[in-house]
Amino acid sequence: MKRRLLAILALSVLLLAACSNDDDGGGGSTGATGATGGGNVTVGVSWNNYNEERWAKWDEPAIQEALQACGAEYISSDAGSSAEQQLADVENLISQGANALIILAQDGEAILPAVQSALDQGIPVVAYDRLIENPGSLYVTFDNVEIGRLEAEAVFAEVPKGNYVFIKGNSTDANADFLRDGQQEVLQDALDSGAIKNVGESYTDNWDPAVAQTNMEQFLTDNNNNVDAVLSENDGMAGGVVAALEAQGLAGEVAVSGQDGDAAGLNRVALGTQTVDVWKDARELGKAAGESACAMAQGTALQDVANTEAFDSPGGNQMTSIFLTPQAITQDNLNVVLDAGWITQEELCQGVDPGTVDACG
Amino acid sequence: MAETKVSAAEREPEARAAPPEEQGKRSLRDLFRAAEVDSRLVGLLGGLAIIWIIFAVITPNHTFLTPRNLWNLSVQTAVVAIMATGMVLIIVTRNIDLSVGAVMAAVGMAMAVVQHDWLPEWIGFDHPLTWVIAVAVGLALGAAIGAFQGTIIAYVGVPSFIVTLGGFLVWRGVAWWMASGQTIAPMDTLFRKLGGGSTGTLGGTWSWILGIAACVGVALLQFTKRRQRDRYGFRLRPMWAEIGIVVIVCAAILVSVGFLNRYYLPPALAAQAGKAGQNISLGLAYPVLIAIGVGIVMTFIATRRRFGRYVYGIGGNPEAAELAGIKTRGTIVKTFTLMGLLVGLAAAVQIARLNAAVSSLGTGMELNVIAAAVIGGTSFSGGIGTIVGALLGALVMQSLVSGMVLMGIEAPLQDIVVGIVLVLAVTLDTIVRRRAAR
Repeated sequence: MKRRLLAILALSVLLLAACSNDDDGGGGSTGATGATGGGNVTVGVSWNNYNEERWAKWDEPAIQEALQACGAEYISSDAGSSAEQQLADVENLISQGANALIILAQDGEAILPAVQSALDQGIPVVAYDRLIENPGSLYVTFDNVEIGRLEAEAVFAEVPKGNYVFIKGNSTDANADFLRDGQQEVLQDALDSGAIKNVGESYTDNWDPAVAQTNMEQFLTDNNNNVDAVLSENDGMAGGVVAALEAQGLAGEVAVSGQDGDAAGLNRVALGTQTVDVWKDARELGKAAGESACAMAQGTALQDVANTEAFDSPGGNQMTSIFLTPQAITQDNLNVVLDAGWITQEELCQGVDPGTVDACG
Repeated sequence: MAETKVSAAEREPEARAAPPEEQGKRSLRDLFRAAEVDSRLVGLLGGLAIIWIIFAVITPNHTFLTPRNLWNLSVQTAVVAIMATGMVLIIVTRNIDLSVGAVMAAVGMAMAVVQHDWLPEWIGFDHPLTWVIAVAVGLALGAAIGAFQGTIIAYVGVPSFIVTLGGFLVWRGVAWWMASGQTIAPMDTLFRKLGGGSTGTLGGTWSWILGIAACVGVALLQFTKRRQRDRYGFRLRPMWAEIGIVVIVCAAILVSVGFLNRYYLPPALAAQAGKAGQNISLGLAYPVLIAIGVGIVMTFIATRRRFGRYVYGIGGNPEAAELAGIKTRGTIVKTFTLMGLLVGLAAAVQIARLNAAVSSLGTGMELNVIAAAVIGGTSFSGGIGTIVGALLGALVMQSLVSGMVLMGIEAPLQDIVVGIVLVLAVTLDTIVRRRAAR
């Protein structure tokens, strides 16, 4: 009996600890309001899960700054990864007086009723980073096809002919195919002429680096190590690929791509084991979303928002979109991420021999 | 695997009580029975052989059955194999552990943080003790998590499915929280040897020595067993069976070592080491040694220790076990603690191999581990399952996946094939067992 009580006690203490922790994470943002009440418009931001480091660190400050600049007030809510909660959140933001909404959708389908209801009430909606299939909303994101292009361009510049391996993301993630499309565009001619050859291509369950490593080992075995370049769609998987190459003594000899600007990925670029890391500055995204939401709240019509272009969505809608251009980071322009304060020099240059890379001194 | 021999008690009781078969089918079965070889294990080996032969024929350039691919396969199997041995005991007691993938992420993250962020500040980079401390932390943490979950299951009485489903969510979250979702890399140089690679191997000579030692060990074990049975007046195996088993197992060990030893240091690395053009055998990789070691120790625990006997007793009939005076709760906590410990070990191998820790580490791994145990003949109705079976089950699963990657089959189709094989294996097993019981 005593033991059982103890076990229950231990469990409840753990649960309490977990809960209070959650509050620290979410509470900071929920209901946080920008102090500048200069303008008379309010922009509501619905985060799907504020607990991910990136939103608090990069995106939110950028949105706040953009709103402050145009004199709008900032209110927000956090759905804690729940699509149902996010529906309620959007209604709440509207009743709190939001004149425009920025929504980072947990589920682009489930959020549709709330978005439609907001639009019906004349409240413009910005779909932030993730597509919401409603042509009345403004889709602000980085161009995934362009990321694929940049990955392929950087690798192709290093390896204009030879054997290529393609390590793709999760098969159910549309982004995996967008990225692959971009890569194909750049490489099509060389593939047709036979200058480069596709010697292995595979999706990767859950973008799991360990799966990417295993697949890469198999491709190396299959081709008896005759692989000259690997187009990995993100940094995590590039890590698995480089580990597989290292085991064969080929790290640094084979060109490898990636994206996301992970500390580990950028470090590999500095070390020379990864050729390119396509970097998406989340602050640019926050700025663009904040500015356009503010403009629409003040009466600018969707089609008159600056820098938009038309985009045919996978769901068959003609969307109005702002596509931001990502930036390819190679050993030559590492100072870009340093100057932006994205990564410290210590993290970037760990293990790099002094004098070999400019950015590392 | 060296452990083809399975003690009579570890097999299901029905098989021993089974009446003689119809005339036509008896010869092979009787042969196995006389030699006291588990016919299901032979079936599993047969299945594996069929898969290998098919892949050897249909992979481009027949790459599947090359020393290099089998060496890769052995390393790729190790992580799941290590955990599957623990999962057998859990499933045997009619429980389940859905949290192993998430615990692996949390423990892996902790080990990475310790060696990447903490230890360098105290004892400096690449200190010779770094890997020891990191592994110790991982094992302790894994065991603690296992013991904690096991205590709730055994003493509070919450179903293991629920507790570990909770753990599945909790520990994944903890893994994320430890590094705010960032990737931690690289790992300590010595620690990385745990993951295999080109440095983490035994080398050709030592592999041969180990293989021969294992051979001698198998012969000695067989000899002492026979003497003990003789002393207590138990029925003895026919002499031909004793010698046959030793010869077959020995041959299997030595052929495996010889074959794997034909995988040489990659040319690029040989050149870097100033030995260009030489053939340097890598030998068995450390993760494989760890998995084999775990398999031997776990088989010993399962069949030769009181704890192991209790586990199978509880699985066979929980009420009877309780009435017989077995401390069922304590035993269940121990199985989960052991599972946690093994997850810690597997996490060390995994992050060492990847040379990075990510919070998505081991996503979906729990299903691979359960599938390996089940393909290896572990039954969800409890009381039945062998460690060797689980190791072979893991090898079957990984063989399918790596063979299909070589053939350029896409991931969704791979999942379909693995899923079908899983159900097929268990279906066959169920039919065979029902026949035997009749």
